[in-house]
Amino acid sequence: MTRFAAGILAAVLALAAQAGAPKVKIERGEACVAPVAEMRRDHMKMLFHQRDRTLRQGVRAPRFSLKGCVDCHASEKTGSVLGQDGFCSSCHEYAAVKIDCFECHTPQRAVRTAGKP
Amino acid sequence: MNPERRQLLAWGAAAAAGAMLAPGLRLVELAQARSPEEAASKLQRWGLLIDIAKCGECDACVTACHEENGVTSRGRPTTDPQWIRKVSLADRQTGYVQTLPLMCQHCEHPPCVDVCPTGASFKRADGIVLVDKHTCIGCRYCVMACPYAARSFVHEATSGQKPDVPRGKGTVESCTLCVHRVDRGDTPACVVACNRDGGRAMAFGDLNDKGGVLYQRLRDEPSSQIRADLALNTGVRYQGL
Ligand code: HEC
Ligand code: HEC
Ligand code: HEC
Repeated sequence: MTRFAAGILAAVLALAAQAGAPKVKIERGEACVAPVAEMRRDHMKMLFHQRDRTLRQGVRAPRFSLKGCVDCHASEKTGSVLGQDGFCSSCHEYAAVKIDCFECHTPQRAVRTAGKP
Repeated sequence: MNPERRQLLAWGAAAAAGAMLAPGLRLVELAQARSPEEAASKLQRWGLLIDIAKCGECDACVTACHEENGVTSRGRPTTDPQWIRKVSLADRQTGYVQTLPLMCQHCEHPPCVDVCPTGASFKRADGIVLVDKHTCIGCRYCVMACPYAARSFVHEATSGQKPDVPRGKGTVESCTLCVHRVDRGDTPACVVACNRDGGRAMAFGDLNDKGGVLYQRLRDEPSSQIRADLALNTGVRYQGL
């Protein structure tokens, strides 16, 4: 009986949580660079680590590259990870996180150009 | 110690020396391309050699640099960032004018690194001098310390950045030797443009690579450093100065 009540409670809580939760749109790619639970919790650590390794040591392993996140996660419509339903911004707005990365980094997916030097 | 044991120790030492030698030998190959997972190595020292006799009245290098790096002008010469510029040198006596491209000289002993209070201004293992904009606080000490006036402060909000070259207001920037291109085995944009549209005055290479063109030309032909008196040992060398 208690177990049944707890089950209902959990379900209600889950529903309640879902009502306000951000809708994260996934438009490209099969899977992320790490399991989703890990990405949700630790993506900032991965990015900071990658950032220092790339700048200081010149290691350009593609896995946790910010360019890579943008390439996969930019919206098909706007080409960006920011904006109303933007991948990074929708979630951060909900969680009241403010990042300055896109003051410098382009939030737009790279447009492939041919014949550039 | 019995002789057998001594022999064993000798073999051990030989084996250890061999192990040291093997990676040492591999280092020679490293002078070529590097995989993205591999860190920049101090066995290399990237640099430029610029033959001023061949540098004419064009600015192909400047245009190409600013296009490659998304450095846009707002028509405000005093505050617009500049990664590379053409400098004219006139002989007052004879009136003879030479022009040359000037950019970060990628010093071995960079004054900009010495004065940086946060460690944002740094030299990579392979000699490329960079600003880590993540830790740059925009104090501009480095701008003042650089004898070549090669660094710029970003005074205004940026837009339309290139994915490979993030840049933003409030930080200092300068020539990166197109580090994003060099890391994938390409040549800096200025050098490509000079050899395609300009006077073929610029060459890029590894100053340490004894088999490389740059090393050989510097060994066999006269060349100079700008402000060699400062003993900064620049990675950018000039001929015909
Ligand atoms: C190859 C394409 C690709 C790359 C690169 C990529 N992702 Fe993902 N990401 C996905 C996909 C697909 C999902 C959907 C979940 C899944 O099945 O893995 C996802 C899910 C996520 C989630 C969880 C979203 C949710 O549902 O709550 C986060 C957070 C995330 N990614 C962040 C990042 C960050 C940060 C980077 C850069 C370090 C990155 N991703 C790089 C494809 C990618
Ligand atoms: C003031 C400008 C600026 C800001 C702000 C900034 N970056 Fe960067 N970032 C750069 C520059 C410049 C590079 C070097 C690019 C190169 O050499 O490829 C870089 C490189 C990186 C890289 C390695 C290249 C890649 O795409 O993977 C990562 C990761 C990164 N930054 C993460 C971040 C994160 C996360 C933030 C926000 C917390 C951030 N950056 C904010 C300027 C900035
Ligand atoms: C699943 C929701 C979600 C998505 C999607 C998401 N983030 Fe986050 N992000 C968060 C949360 C929550 C935090 C704050 C975590 C904390 O403070 O412990 C955060 C924090 C960060 C931080 C650290 C901020 C700081 O000041 O320390 C960075 C950097 C960051 N995110 C980058 C990104 C980028 C880039 C993307 C898009 C590629 C992205 N995030 C997508 C939820 C998300």
